[in-house]
Amino acid sequence: MKKNYKQIPIGGMITKAGNSEEYKTGDWKSFKPERDEKKCTNCLICVNYCPENCIKVKNGKLNHFDLDYCKGCGICATECPFKAIVMELDTECEL
Amino acid sequence: MTELTGAQAASFAMKQINPEVVSAFPITPQTEIMMDFAQFVADGDVNTEFVLVESEHSAMSSAVGASAAGVRSMTATSSAGLALMFEILGVASGSRLPVVMNVVNRALSAPINIHCDHSDSMDCRDIGWIQLYSEDAQEVYDNTFIGLKLAERVKLPAMIMQDGFINSHCLQNIKLLKDAEIKNFIGKFKPKQSLLNFKKPVTIGPLELFDYYFETKRQESEAMISALEDYKIVCKSFEKMSSRKYSAVEKYKLKDADYAIVALNSVCGAVKDVVDELRINGEKVGLLKIRLFRPFPYDDVLNALKHCKRITVMDRSESFGANPPIMSEVVNSLKNAKKINSVIFGLGGREIFEDDIKNIYYNMIKNKKQERYVGCRE
Repeated sequence: MKKNYKQIPIGGMITKAGNSEEYKTGDWKSFKPERDEKKCTNCLICVNYCPENCIKVKNGKLNHFDLDYCKGCGICATECPFKAIVMELDTECEL
Repeated sequence: MTELTGAQAASFAMKQINPEVVSAFPITPQTEIMMDFAQFVADGDVNTEFVLVESEHSAMSSAVGASAAGVRSMTATSSAGLALMFEILGVASGSRLPVVMNVVNRALSAPINIHCDHSDSMDCRDIGWIQLYSEDAQEVYDNTFIGLKLAERVKLPAMIMQDGFINSHCLQNIKLLKDAEIKNFIGKFKPKQSLLNFKKPVTIGPLELFDYYFETKRQESEAMISALEDYKIVCKSFEKMSSRKYSAVEKYKLKDADYAIVALNSVCGAVKDVVDELRINGEKVGLLKIRLFRPFPYDDVLNALKHCKRITVMDRSESFGANPPIMSEVVNSLKNAKKINSVIFGLGGREIFEDDIKNIYYNMIKNKKQERYVGCRE
């Protein structure tokens, strides 16, 4: 829930360290990544390429995309050697 | 009584405030202020860190940085210098930093001109700074303290204007206050948050996009409106100390006046002389002098002028293709533009004479068409 003008510090001042986590940049995306589990070999090249560090790994395997921070840039899809990631229109995105 | 120029009055006020940081770049006719203040620094009269910068853009940036760090910072400028600062003026007000600046009004280029008009400070009227205008050296001196105290109360920067040369370079008798009185009046500057407060670390001046910028500006607007009430409180405590009474507008022989002239800064002195002379002949004329231009005291102006039959507003700056700044605000106050004449005078230091002011008055009472430009060759 975004705050109104009476609820925020004056002059845009940031009073809490690390509050960029509260900024869900995932709002910006128009396309979201979808993984084809049959094609994915869990090579994790996409993890290294993701500029937002939002491809999450569990027990050495790709677990999920953190869509709160994924901006939909599509680098993961471009770099995947097995074409296991496809960018699809994010129908929930705010247009 | 002490003899000081308007510029010296400003630098003497700065000496008594003793700000932690002053940054400056020379420009006519402001230079006198910083020249004097540099002497105070050299003589050890102040503890100020005096930062000599390479431009006004840097002077304001340095003042903003110091204020964000948590100390009092001041500077002064004129004309092109103020124009060069413009970008950072918005950073000071947008970040809610109470920087205080003396502005010596001078015309803007082109054509290049060193003399007085108000085009420099009027161009900054919508940038979120409190604006106080001063008729004489005494008001420059007093407005500097009032401006500082008000700025720190509402957390907005303040500029204190005086007319270039007419006020800044003319010796006038003024009443000074004692150092201890000033120290007591302004108190210590203790911002709740600042960059150098390591116990409560903050970021000042971050990015805000479509989702928060609007709310931050809304806060700024509310703060500026609240400054109207705060100004009265500050003036009251100033009066207690100095026995000098200030208000957002000064009403000169206006109570029973049928006709009013509205003006600000040094021309008010000449207008008062003309009003006195006309009053001897039984003319019912008065002057409304505006001291506080931002925030604008709409109610005070309405109450002061509503009984007048006709009004002429004297602006010393243009708003090309629109009503000039003071006239616009007077129209907004009265919501009845029919009885208001507008005059633009004195651009680039062009002199205005008492006869010109008398003509303005006679045009007003005879309901004759007032030429928009007085003192300009048609």
